[in-house]
Amino acid sequence: MRGLRAGTVVLLACLLALALLPLVAEKYYIQLFTKMMIMAIFAMSLDLLVGFTGLVSLGHAAFFGLAGYVLAFAAPQYQAADLWLSLPLAMVCSGLLALIIGALVLRTSGIYFIMVTLAFAQMVFFLFHDTKIAGGADGIYVYAKPVAAIAGWEPFTLENHTHFYFVVLVLLALVYACLRLLLNSLFGRVIVGIRVNEPRMKSLGYRTFRYKLVCFVLAGALAGMAGYFAAAQFGFVSPETLGWHQSGSVLMMVILGGMGTLTGAVLGAFAMMLVELGLQGLPVIGGVEIAKHWQLLMGAFIVCAVLLLPQGLLGLGKLASRLRSKPAEARDG
Amino acid sequence: MDANTFLIQVLNGIQYGLLLFLVASGLTLILGIMGIINLAHGTFYMVGAYLAFSLSQHFGSLWLAMAGGVVIAVAIGLVLEWLLISRLYYRDHLYQVLLTYGLILIFEELRSVVFGDDVHGVAVPEFLRVSIPLTETLSYPVYRLWMSAVCLVLAVGMYLLIQKTRLGMMIRAGASNREMVQSLGININLLYRLVFALGVALAAFAGMIAAPVASVFPGMGNQVLIVCFVMVVIGGIGSVKGAMLAAILIGLVDTFGKVLTLDIGGFEVLPQMSGMMIYVLMAVVLLARPEGLFGKRA
Repeated sequence: MRGLRAGTVVLLACLLALALLPLVAEKYYIQLFTKMMIMAIFAMSLDLLVGFTGLVSLGHAAFFGLAGYVLAFAAPQYQAADLWLSLPLAMVCSGLLALIIGALVLRTSGIYFIMVTLAFAQMVFFLFHDTKIAGGADGIYVYAKPVAAIAGWEPFTLENHTHFYFVVLVLLALVYACLRLLLNSLFGRVIVGIRVNEPRMKSLGYRTFRYKLVCFVLAGALAGMAGYFAAAQFGFVSPETLGWHQSGSVLMMVILGGMGTLTGAVLGAFAMMLVELGLQGLPVIGGVEIAKHWQLLMGAFIVCAVLLLPQGLLGLGKLASRLRSKPAEARDG
Repeated sequence: MDANTFLIQVLNGIQYGLLLFLVASGLTLILGIMGIINLAHGTFYMVGAYLAFSLSQHFGSLWLAMAGGVVIAVAIGLVLEWLLISRLYYRDHLYQVLLTYGLILIFEELRSVVFGDDVHGVAVPEFLRVSIPLTETLSYPVYRLWMSAVCLVLAVGMYLLIQKTRLGMMIRAGASNREMVQSLGININLLYRLVFALGVALAAFAGMIAAPVASVFPGMGNQVLIVCFVMVVIGGIGSVKGAMLAAILIGLVDTFGKVLTLDIGGFEVLPQMSGMMIYVLMAVVLLARPEGLFGKRA
């Protein structure tokens, strides 16, 4: 009980710190944190599949990228899209794609599932890469950020980076809270049950396929939300946003933080982005531009993280507290 | 499309299919026997192609390059299994996916450091540089026929190795019960190391023989990997027959998709869309038989 309360306190403290950040930070850091929070939403959506339902999807970027393309289409050249229309549209499109792909891939399981999700995401990648639908391999620009006008009144403007930051922060908190509620509900218990023992859930009378499909669609729509804001912030969408490097990267975020916990996904997204940034900012040593080949070090980092951090960063915290409490117990005993 | 062009496309399709079969056989070997899902398998295909490119320039002969390349590939396989893969046998597939994804990043970036990001060509060996004339204007290169023959020979060789030799028997026994094999006094760790090295060598060799026809370029491995996944899903795990059929099917669909312009109900299927054709095929198979054409029903 005490651990739970301590966790809540830490969580609220982090939220408060994030809310106060724009007061002290420069524009660069505000935009950086906006990006990190967007990726955190993306990572949480995948954690719903990987960590809770036990579905290892290697094609989650398809839904992320598609939403970005929807925004690009919804914004006619040099004109801004309407946020209240284009955001739901993007999420619905991503959700629909997840429904179609999910209905197919959920017919498989285990290793097959990993392969098939990757393959279908790659199909979407080829659709945007090889055809001229949206600029092909070159990608497409989103010239103006979406406008949030309600009958002429604008509560906030996304062109302002601080406003953008707060919108994403509110969404991050909302998504976190909603997922937390969902996971504490009967629905959440059922999907965790599916991860642990699907035949048992089936024999209890649950139609596990439907539960998994709902999860897949929900995760797809949430990934779409993240993809929409990523495209709006970056102002550019390319096939790489739905490529498998993106899928691999977000999977790494979930594992790095510690899967099966929403805070772990958020933590993992933040940590992964910082590592990426750190590697890209490495100096030239001995005439070698290390930063240019940062992917090499990223690969090494991933390999090390998998071997040394089986439970992610949150697991590291648990390990540390266990080590600290052990001598104390010995003294008390 | 006249009969000769059709024949050429069929031959090309079968040749591509056989090459895929060779790559996928290494993938399924590691998957089926060791239970490791290896995303970096396509990367080893790329490593093979780049080895063929650099070694053939160095030795002046593709044959020597292939011999040296296979040795290097086996060494890479042994070291990777010893250092990393051996730590993953009892871990979830998720971690295997991530670790091998990390390997992809490492190998791709090393490739970029050593060879740059340009497209390279590899010369076809002298005596295979001939073509069989079909008509006055059309002919078929002998090298492609030779590739198909090599793939078939290797496939048969693999079958014999796994099914008919003592080593194959030990490998199959290890796949069904690791501990039992170990307690019978067989060094299972060494066996698995060899299987992994064999899988890597198969992928690299496929990359080497494909280098003269497909050219050598960044990202070539990942493309092949995903097609192999599609192939495994269509054919069904654990079925050689299914894998062969799926390979030929994909080879033909992909080859014809690139040359044909179909008109289905007013909607033109352009050659640009050919990249998607095999995924449509996979979707159809998943709808009809989720376990694959020749897979066992779970």
